[in-house]
Formats: sequence, structure tokens, C-alpha cells
Amino acid sequence: MARAWATAWPYVKGGITGGVFGVTFADWCASITSVGGASMYPTFDAQQANWALVSKRCLKHFDVSRGDVVLFRSPKNHREVVVKRLIALPGDWIQIPEKEEIRQIPQGHCWLEGDNAGVSLDSRHYGPVPLGLLQGRVTHLVWPPNRISRVERKMPEGRIMPKGSF
Amino acid sequence: MGTRSFRSFQALVLSPAAAAVVSAGDMSGFFWRVAALPWRSIVGDALSRTFLVAQAFCFVHVVEEHVCSVSFLRGPSMLPAVNLAGDVVAVDRLSVRCGKVAPGDVVLMLSPEDPRKPIAKRVLGMEGDSVTYLVDPGHSDASKTVTVPQGHVWVQGDNIYASRDSRQFGSVPYGLITGKIVYRIYLLELDTS
Repeated sequence: MARAWATAWPYVKGGITGGVFGVTFADWCASITSVGGASMYPTFDAQQANWALVSKRCLKHFDVSRGDVVLFRSPKNHREVVVKRLIALPGDWIQIPEKEEIRQIPQGHCWLEGDNAGVSLDSRHYGPVPLGLLQGRVTHLVWPPNRISRVERKMPEGRIMPKGSF
Repeated sequence: MGTRSFRSFQALVLSPAAAAVVSAGDMSGFFWRVAALPWRSIVGDALSRTFLVAQAFCFVHVVEEHVCSVSFLRGPSMLPAVNLAGDVVAVDRLSVRCGKVAPGDVVLMLSPEDPRKPIAKRVLGMEGDSVTYLVDPGHSDASKTVTVPQGHVWVQGDNIYASRDSRQFGSVPYGLITGKIVYRIYLLELDTS
């Protein structure tokens, strides 16, 4: 038994060290996450799961811009992480498509929408979301190989009045 | 041994002119003495030490971020439980991840109004609970009852007269909670007399 443990110990130690380094890297720099579902359809495939590179550098100072694809903890269920496009930051005015009303995003919140407006469950449903739920910014698609590309910033036209633009 | 091998190295590689310079100048002698230092083992040593430091750093980060950590609280909003001048507390991060936060727990969370600011409040209601609270405790007896929506919690400071909490900004998503405050560590015995 003791001998078996002595043989296994270097591997166990290596595993723990690697895990600790990996977790730290994933928390501070970047990680790979599976993104799927129909809510971001033109950007991500609806049928198969896509793997995306998620940058965590934005978490420290919350420096995200309008149009970024971001990872958020769902305000409805804390175990679930959703990927949406962030289209308005605190202080912006936004016109909500279905309701024909214009509202201001409160302090510390932002407005999230899926690219596929028909099926996406997003801020149109649950309102502005606190920025503190931010989990990262999606920068690249890395799998499947035929879709490897940068994820571009994109904004809906004419619905957002950024703070200070009027 | 090192010196001898470097001498032979000189004899092999350097041209006669360069050899003349080597024998003439003190600087070149110094250079060869520096070059003869055991650089390989020095660099190896430095690398392994750096690796050790990085490993310790990562270990601390993982424990602090995912298991438990120590935090400093300050301010009037939790007054009987936490000093005005500040208290050092132990924060349990595991039970938040497992969803084991219950009404009555004091939690550390990111403020919904400014994500850079951590705040400490007491959870008073989980999703689906109805919470009755005084709208303006200092001036009137008016109370209000709300139902906490799905995935949200209702948080309030213990000192309801000086706290900015769910009474102002409404119930907050559970995902904003970063830790459960489990112990107060009496490191700061301030002289309050």
C-alpha cells in the first residue's frame, strides 16, 4: 500500500499543481467555454455546441463596450451562465422594440439581448441586469474548425442613445 | 576545471589578434571569469524558485476565490453585528456555490448599483418568499410587502436607519453573492472607551 502510494504521489502532486495553475489561469486570463443554443443564432450555431475563447481580463474593472458578446450569470438562476450581446451600458437610453417605450439603464446595470430576437430570453424579458453578474467576454470562436474566427462587435441600429451623445 | 576549459576554448576559437587583446586587457579577464560561473545551475535554481512562488500564489488564489477567505468590513449598515470602525471576518465561498444560503445569513455581495463595490448585508428572503419591510423607518410606520422573484434574494442591513439595501434597489440576483460571512475574527480590538 505504502509503495503504491509512493509511486502514485508524483502524479497526484502534478495533477494538483496543474489544476491549481489551470484554475488560476481560467479565473484571471482566459478560458474555453461551450456556447450553444438558438438565442445567438447568426453568431453561434444553433444545432451544435460551439467552443469559444472567453477573456476574463474585463472582470477586474468591468471594462466592456456596447456590442460585445459577453458571458453572464443568469439573474433567474445562479447556476446557469448565459451568452448574450451587451447593447447598453449604465446611463444609456434604449428603445424597447415590442413596447415602443424609451427607458434609461439604471446605474450599475446593462442591457443584454440575444442576436436571434425571436427565441432569446434576455433583458426584454427580465429587464436591465446588474453588471456584477458579468463572467467574461467572448473574443474568439475556436471550435468547430470551419468557424474559427473573431467575434465582432455589433450594435442594433438606431435604438440606443449612448450616455453623453445628446 | 572551468578555467582550463575556457582557456582551451580561447585557444581554439579566438584569432591570434583577439588572443593578444585577451592577454592585454583586464576587462576581458573579468569577462571570462564571469562566463566561467555555473550559469546553468544558477538559472535552473532561479527557475525552480520562481515556479515555487508562482505555485504558492496560485494556491492562495484558488483557496481565496473558491474555498474561504478573509475580508475587512466597515461602515454603519450592519451596526450591531459589525463594528462601525471595521471588523475582520471569515468568508465562506463554498456554500454560496452549493446554494446553501438561507434567510438570516450575512453575505458579502457585489452592489447592484456599482459592481466594483462589495457590500455586506443580511439575507431576509429567498425566491418566492414574501417580505414585509418599513419603507421609511425613521419617519413613518408605512410598511410594504413584496414577493421575491425567481432567482433573487432580499437583502437588508441590520441597521435599517443607515443602510442602502433592497428597500431602495429591490431584490437582487443570487449570482451577485460572493460569499457567506461565517466568523468575526477579533483582530481589531479597538480602544472604544
